[in-house]
Amino acid sequence: MSCAVQLRDISVSYYEHIALRGVTLDLHRGDFAAIVGPNGAGKTTLLTVINGLGDIRSGTARILDTPLDRRTVRGLRRRIGYVPQHLNVDPRAPMSCREAVMLGRVGRAGLLRRLTDADRTAAERALETTGLMPLADRPVGHLSGGEARKVELARALAQEPEILLLDEPYTNLDVRAANEVEALVTEAHDRFSLTTVLVTHRIDRLPDRCNRVILMRQARVVFDGSREEALAPDRVAGLFA
Amino acid sequence: MELPALLPQQLAAAVLGGAACGIVGVWVVMMRIPFVGVAMSHAAFAGAVLGLLIGVNPLLTAVAACVLASLFIGPLAQRSDLEPNVSVGIIFSLVLGLAFLGIGLLSGPRTSALRYIWGNILLVSRTDVVVMAVMTAVVLGFLLLFFKEIGAVLYNREVARAVGIPERALFYAMLVLCGLTVTANLDTIGGILIFSLIINPPSAAYQLTWRLRTMFLLSALFGVGSCLVGLLVSYLTDAPSGAVIIITSSVVFGLSLVFSPKRRRARAAVSRS
Repeated sequence: MSCAVQLRDISVSYYEHIALRGVTLDLHRGDFAAIVGPNGAGKTTLLTVINGLGDIRSGTARILDTPLDRRTVRGLRRRIGYVPQHLNVDPRAPMSCREAVMLGRVGRAGLLRRLTDADRTAAERALETTGLMPLADRPVGHLSGGEARKVELARALAQEPEILLLDEPYTNLDVRAANEVEALVTEAHDRFSLTTVLVTHRIDRLPDRCNRVILMRQARVVFDGSREEALAPDRVAGLFA
Repeated sequence: MELPALLPQQLAAAVLGGAACGIVGVWVVMMRIPFVGVAMSHAAFAGAVLGLLIGVNPLLTAVAACVLASLFIGPLAQRSDLEPNVSVGIIFSLVLGLAFLGIGLLSGPRTSALRYIWGNILLVSRTDVVVMAVMTAVVLGFLLLFFKEIGAVLYNREVARAVGIPERALFYAMLVLCGLTVTANLDTIGGILIFSLIINPPSAAYQLTWRLRTMFLLSALFGVGSCLVGLLVSYLTDAPSGAVIIITSSVVFGLSLVFSPKRRRARAAVSRS
């Protein structure tokens, strides 16, 4: 099975703060991986290294069989859907849900090119997949937390990505909304043959479909293996101790 | 009452200046960087004063100062270890200090320098109009060519970067164009007042629409309308044109607040709850 993500001895620092220390990781195409750890463990940094938003200080990354560097990063981002944890959207922003989802096509379309019918179709399909069609024309700032998270997921899916990155997708959602988002992510993973990487600090909220669990603590990967092994009580207790 | 015989170049300056300020203002308001714009307008003013001091065309030195300021402000606003408003505030105070130092060093009457503070659309020259026309065309062209990317950057810069848009280059281009628009309008509106014309029309448009395209259109119309009405009132009353234009744009903003469907919707939501 070919690798979607190959990270070798990656370190990331922000001024005096070291966010990742020598992380080496392989993710295969089709993997559904969860990155789990306490706050400040480096989970989000690891996620952003994969789509080139994180600033790598040392080490090498190869994403979708392409070396990640300044020259390739924008092309790679177009093939990677990213759902950030916090997205400050102005409640009065002059943009509808449909337009927000369509943004996922803007990078793929390229500079100086108009969005085509194919782009519009992809955005409509993403709206349908996420059940947002009834809200398509609603201003994007007028959504509940769960609906807003679905819009971000729909935007990422409109990109027709090969890798889907989700940063704490259940944060600030009630149980029902979190279940809906989880079901949508699982459905999208299977339907579009994605490689999915999900960051969470909640070990009780790993989707059933998740086949890999990467545990992080103090900027390092401390475990990488199956879900069953990761959930061993002593391992979980050690992680959050 | 007999209508005043305004010169075509004054009317052209009002239309061009209002439209350009209205468009770049949408970027400033949507990205919530009003302080960046204030710093840019004062950098242009400082540049113009420097030009007067060293005997170079003030327009050229104002352009250079604006571009230089945007090249400093852009990276400073991006740095995570500095509060953007603090770093931009330092640039702002620096350029303001340089401007007043320049005024202090000017020999003889300082009317030429003060003109760049207050501006006077009634004294606009043919060259000014040509410069403004070129600037407005560049701003409009940039908006039309990169509308979909600009929309993404205005929605959220992290999202724009994540979907593979050259967000940083676009952000810097918007800053530079904002600075150049300010420079092109120094003579007509003035360095101190110009920024109100960049903030008020888009803020009024923002109150009235849920669509970005309409916001750009309304903002440009409000900018043009404020300039034309301000020009007329200034001509009739012999009041300072820049000040009247800014007051007009503020009145437009006040009216937009009164008639804002967004505010009505918010009030309705509160009363329902």
